[in-house]
Amino acid sequence: MSGPASAMLEIRGLRHDYAGRTVLAVPAWDVARGDASLVLGPSGSGKTTLLNVIAGLATPTAGTVRVAGADVTRLTPAQRDAYRARNVGLVLQTLHLIGVVSVRENLRLAQHLAGAAIDDRRIDEVLSSLAISGLAGARARDISVGEAQRVAIARAVVNRPALILADEPTSALDDANCEKALALLLEQAAACGATLLVATHDNRIRGRFDRRLEL
Amino acid sequence: MRIARLASAYLASRPLLTALNATMLALGVATITFLLLVTTQAEDRLTRDAKPVDLVVGAKGSPLQLILSTVFHADVPTGNIDLAQAQAIRRNPMIASAIPLALGDSFRGHRIVGTEASYLDLYGAKLAQGALFAGEMEAVVGSEVARRHGLAVGATLTGAHGLAAAGPAHEGHPYRVVGILAPSGTVVDRLVVTPVESVWHVHEEHAPPRPEITALLVRYATPLAAAMLPRAINANTAMQAASPAYESARLLDLAGVGVDTLRWFAVVLMASAALSLFVALTSALQERRYDLALLRTLGARPASLAALTLVEGVTLLVAGVILGLALGHGAAHALGLWLAGAGSWPLTGLVWVDGEAALVATVLATGALTCLVPAVQAYSSDPASLLAKR
Repeated sequence: MSGPASAMLEIRGLRHDYAGRTVLAVPAWDVARGDASLVLGPSGSGKTTLLNVIAGLATPTAGTVRVAGADVTRLTPAQRDAYRARNVGLVLQTLHLIGVVSVRENLRLAQHLAGAAIDDRRIDEVLSSLAISGLAGARARDISVGEAQRVAIARAVVNRPALILADEPTSALDDANCEKALALLLEQAAACGATLLVATHDNRIRGRFDRRLEL
Repeated sequence: MRIARLASAYLASRPLLTALNATMLALGVATITFLLLVTTQAEDRLTRDAKPVDLVVGAKGSPLQLILSTVFHADVPTGNIDLAQAQAIRRNPMIASAIPLALGDSFRGHRIVGTEASYLDLYGAKLAQGALFAGEMEAVVGSEVARRHGLAVGATLTGAHGLAAAGPAHEGHPYRVVGILAPSGTVVDRLVVTPVESVWHVHEEHAPPRPEITALLVRYATPLAAAMLPRAINANTAMQAASPAYESARLLDLAGVGVDTLRWFAVVLMASAALSLFVALTSALQERRYDLALLRTLGARPASLAALTLVEGVTLLVAGVILGLALGHGAAHALGLWLAGAGSWPLTGLVWVDGEAALVATVLATGALTCLVPAVQAYSSDPASLLAKR
């Protein structure tokens, strides 16, 4: 385990209750800066809840979640929105993109909501690194599932986040695409020096990660 | 700015629904705008025509008919009164002026009014060309009459009996046009004006033994006259006195019932439009709840989601209002053109009347309140529970 100085994520005594039932319990878990870790568990084991808590989308019942030293659970709602926009890139299983606008506009929205200036050169750079430059002008609802998954990865990394959280990023994909998406995710996280957390029940990708948290 | 772009992308992604919603709103706005334009202009017109006359003295009968026939020139007279009796009233010290009218004939639907030059002063009508009538069978014509029938100074015209365009003609007694009046925006624009003697001359074959006129248009010298003169005339003479202000108010009241009904109908139309706006926004919200959750994961504040919904609703609203105003004004203008063809009173869609600003403000305020409910829903949606349930 890494020391506190280089820890990107430090979880202590985390518990989340829902409808009188404990849906998530993580006594202690540390993730070092730049690491790629897997959160494993069957459906309903609290994987999504854990990612939501880390992303500042949900407040846990008890415990602390420090991201780069700051306790996310203590932030005000407005601070959490700002923290999430600047530091977290999210990739979700099926919820990829805003369908009514173009791929480029989806990435611009991510930049805009993060409070960053619109940077089309960065967008082009990310799209080309994922080999989907040709999709920039396409309306997001018109592209295929595999393409959308790549665009979702592009959007997660476009702001160079410190933390990339991926929730079941591969379970909607076939074996070939699963392998490709995972490789891209790891590659992109490494390219921007981000810490990567992948929550999944997909056994196909277990072997690609050294560090795991079993829920 | 990006939020506004996103809102317009959502609207553009469902063109049919967007167009239907805007149209529903527009129909309500158009109906009320149309009613406002027509009633305001009709009231203006009635008021302007009735205002210079304090009292009309004419033959007994319906007071409304007396006013319609002698002030608005839209009905047949109640009958004639004895000139000598009328002259007696003229000498009353409470009267500032009394202008005689002799009616009976018309030129292609335009009333020929036998009167004195002071009748034109009553409405501030000025000559555009030629001169005032100086003798029998000379006439000045209103701007509208001249325009519609291409009359110039020196032209002749013959009257026909009654008000209808196709009454029996008085072919043997042509009038000579000696002057054309400038537009005054009053009833005079649609009249042919001539000395009283002309009318007597045209009808001399079947003239009564004593000279008669149709009515006297009276202006009071003192406010006291309003209280005393009508009662005195109605009680003590064979004539009746009627007040144009009172009768036109009565006329507007009668018409007002119909207008009110239509107005309520339009309000119902707008309420249903507001409801459909509400349904559209709420169902859109339901449809894109994952989009909203996604925007939250990207760091969007709840207020931004509320703004997104609000911008979408208000865009629809403004489009509906603009379309509605255009439709209402267009319809009023089309009706005006049609009425002009029929020789009736002028109506235009190219003016902005008083009630419209209040209408627009009311619609926008109500609509914005309507949008507020889904906006609050968007504001308070919880992305985490939606993502966890998926």
